Amino acid sequence: MLDYTKKESYERSALRINPAKTCQPVGAMYAALGVHECMPHSHGSQGCCAFHRMFLTRHFKDPAMASSSSFTEGASVFGGGSNLKTAAKNIFDIYNPKIIAVHTTCLSETIGDDLNALIQGIDIPEGKYMVHTNTPSYKGSHITGFSNMAASFINYLSVSSGRKNGKLAIIPGFVNPGDMREMKRLAEIMGITYTMLPDTSGVMDSPMTGKFEMFPKGGTTVEEIIGLGDSKLTLAIGKFASEAGAQALEKKCHVTFKTLAMPIGIGNTDKYIMELESFIKKEVPYEIEEERGQLVDILIDIHPYTYNKKAAIFGDPDTVLGLAEFVLEMGMIPKYLVTGTPGDAFETAAESLFVKFGMEGCKAKAAGDLYELHQWIKAEGVDLLIGGTHGKYIARAEDIPFVRAGFPIIDRYIHSYMPLVGYKGGMRLAELITNALMDRIDRDSKEEDFEMVM
Amino acid sequence: MSVVEKVLDQYSSKVYKNRKEHIVTVDKNDKNEIATNVRTIPGIITQRGCCFAGCKGVVLGPIKDAFIIVHGPIGCSYYTWGTRRHKAKKEENVDNYLQYCFSTDMQEADIVFGGEKKLKKAVQEAMDLFHPSTIMICSTCPVGLIGDDIHAVARWAEQEYGIKCIAFSCEGYKGVSQSAGHHIANNQLVRYVIGEGDRESKTKFAINILGEYNIGGDGWEVERLLKRIGYEVIATFTGDSSMEDLKNAHQANLSLVQCHRSINYIAELIETKYGIPWMKINFIGVEGTIKSLRNIAKYFNDPELTERTEAVIADELDLIEEDMAYYKTKLKGKTAAIYVGGSRAHHYQFLLNDLGVHTILAGHEFGHREEYEGREVIPFVKPDADSKNIESITVSPDPEKFHVYLSEEDLNRLREEKFLNYYGGMVKDMHDGTYMVDDLNHFETEEFLKLLKPDIFFSGIKDKFVAQKGGTLSRQLHSYDYSGPYSCFRGAVNFARDVTMGIYTPAWSYVKAPWKSAPILEGTMGGDKAC
Repeated sequence: MLDYTKKESYERSALRINPAKTCQPVGAMYAALGVHECMPHSHGSQGCCAFHRMFLTRHFKDPAMASSSSFTEGASVFGGGSNLKTAAKNIFDIYNPKIIAVHTTCLSETIGDDLNALIQGIDIPEGKYMVHTNTPSYKGSHITGFSNMAASFINYLSVSSGRKNGKLAIIPGFVNPGDMREMKRLAEIMGITYTMLPDTSGVMDSPMTGKFEMFPKGGTTVEEIIGLGDSKLTLAIGKFASEAGAQALEKKCHVTFKTLAMPIGIGNTDKYIMELESFIKKEVPYEIEEERGQLVDILIDIHPYTYNKKAAIFGDPDTVLGLAEFVLEMGMIPKYLVTGTPGDAFETAAESLFVKFGMEGCKAKAAGDLYELHQWIKAEGVDLLIGGTHGKYIARAEDIPFVRAGFPIIDRYIHSYMPLVGYKGGMRLAELITNALMDRIDRDSKEEDFEMVM
Repeated sequence: MSVVEKVLDQYSSKVYKNRKEHIVTVDKNDKNEIATNVRTIPGIITQRGCCFAGCKGVVLGPIKDAFIIVHGPIGCSYYTWGTRRHKAKKEENVDNYLQYCFSTDMQEADIVFGGEKKLKKAVQEAMDLFHPSTIMICSTCPVGLIGDDIHAVARWAEQEYGIKCIAFSCEGYKGVSQSAGHHIANNQLVRYVIGEGDRESKTKFAINILGEYNIGGDGWEVERLLKRIGYEVIATFTGDSSMEDLKNAHQANLSLVQCHRSINYIAELIETKYGIPWMKINFIGVEGTIKSLRNIAKYFNDPELTERTEAVIADELDLIEEDMAYYKTKLKGKTAAIYVGGSRAHHYQFLLNDLGVHTILAGHEFGHREEYEGREVIPFVKPDADSKNIESITVSPDPEKFHVYLSEEDLNRLREEKFLNYYGGMVKDMHDGTYMVDDLNHFETEEFLKLLKPDIFFSGIKDKFVAQKGGTLSRQLHSYDYSGPYSCFRGAVNFARDVTMGIYTPAWSYVKAPWKSAPILEGTMGGDKAC
């Protein structure tokens, strides 16, 4: 398994090996799926759209509906304007969405299609919408694409009427429907009315009913996005995936915002709850306190199995930082943190976490890849690996327990329904982590040391 | 209104005009002409992929010791990393890079100022870290637009490092589907790989298996069977193959073609260049496998080989008979719709037929007319601008390596009998009143499923859950839903088992909540409790 990976470090500047990121458009597609009755549209050759739909479907095990401009060589030379025009007509004709959310690809970006101008030239039916975002695949990552799409919905649609509606805007970050549901549940318990954008719950975790719905019940409605302009405050969950949207809303509609870390673990969930409390100015109900107390109780119970265990965590920046803080709270050592997404903010935030918890010898890298992470692990091992499916090769090569968390998880089921965020998500993560570590103890213990009670 | 009219009726006139040519109600007394291999209409939700997917993803991806650097932004390489299930075993002295994903991860500056420098650097880093003997460079959309000369970089790498380095200009926008990518990959393999080996074949029963990518281990099962009979498999294109295998393909005496669409170019070119005829076979389905084995034996025309063929068939049949009979009782009378790439929508009809399942609709994602109507239509296919853009190469007989197994006379006879160098397409195996739909799109999938109500829809990941949300079992025939092998005799049992569990899985019976069909009100009438 991964036999060619050697521990000796080697400076690479051109060859990306086993990436920990993918390209922008898939993130934009995911964000657009979180808008009700929205057709995500990929402006490029149809392979992009096929790959992205394939990947999202493999992660969520639910249909990921999206259309493509289906560029051919001609469109690549003369521009994709007429393809987009034809596409828009056909999409409204055949699938009848409320809104089409176009994202670009490296192809249409390289030829320089001006989407603003192209959309202005399109005959959009009454009461329908067409928006776009630029997602050049050669910049950032799928997280950037997600962030750009969320911001573009706001830039195109949100309007300030001059009268605040008392609502909280929540941009949840590139997370699963299970996480979005959990963030919403906590806001609801606090008695807050909110708009979450995007919201893929009810879309990418839609129930089995015996009837396929192209546009399932879930997703932020266009009206809600328009109304975001009257929000009292925006919570941007995760700097990388959500801040751009919050900034757009501030710039366009003067809605102030706060950027929060992904509410994974106790401290980060506490901050989320405190923000909700200060927004609604109501005491936190016992129900939430109880959940928090349960999680703390659990962490005390399990500490003999987690304390000082070293973890390597990879994935999307906001998620990895959240997970890192949680493992620190569990008494573990986040030895290596890697994201494929570029951005110094990741390393800065990781360093301050290390300092806060008095950690030495931990490493964090943005714009990294799994090849390098594997090299680090070979040089100095860890007790646990946390990340998406692609980590399973390293876990097997080095025989390390592996907890799947984040995106993409394409070799397991149900994960997208379950939260990582909130105290409930913390309990689930704690269970996943402890089980992985304890299963390993059971597997490796001598017969005479095999414990009935642990 | 006919079923087809009901589906098409909902389209605008332009789309209607286009799509009606792609849908045929099979009628043996008619021509059954179908439109294929043309552009997908923008905005129509197609399941098709691109040229890159056909080249890197399909044909090149399975070659285990080819170090494939995808030159472009990260996505294309990422999506083809371990996602196609073309399995490959470790082999002594043969590299295996299938667990890895390599890309130049082009950034904005590379797009603006050109990416050749970065590509060269990537080759250098690959050499330092992995020491591969073969590097393949596959380009993605922006590379063609900015004009990076990947072929020059390949030549440079060959000189600089003394390795084999082949470039594939398989930008996603080329052609109209994966099909263009197959062709580009085929061309380069003929140009730069096949014919270079000098590994002598051990027997005269030396064969190539073309268009077998070892998805879920299919190729291994085919090889096991062929070796049992006494054949020597020279090269499989390209499942679990090494460069050395492919280089020696010219040593074979017969090429078997499983997936006609993706590999027919190689089949024809190596016949012209090396004299090896090809035979369309099909190892999916029990009857299909038996027929294929008998045909291969007939070609080699050796009494001992024929005898062994029959003995192996009898033995393999014996091992599966009971299981197949059981599954047939579970599946007989069911109906299926199949929509896969460019061959399986035909091949799986045989296996379903073995199980008593009737195929009522079949279509290819990127097939050409010959995959539906047979190769006899090729002279009548007019190439359009998109297909003309894909290079067609010509070769001439190799003075040293050209060899013949059969006499010219026998060859001509077998060709005339359509025994060699012929593929009849799916239509001849479909019943009147069934449907062939090319590039079956999302809308049509939904409509046909509603109207035809098949028990199973065989397709891919993108439409699997669409069908299932609508209450129709869907099994992926690209990835076999992570199961397999499905080929030959044992594979047929695996397939039958998987379909059976899909149909009989208890969860289907819970789709409707009990309160949906129970009365809402339960009250009292006149003081007495009503029941």
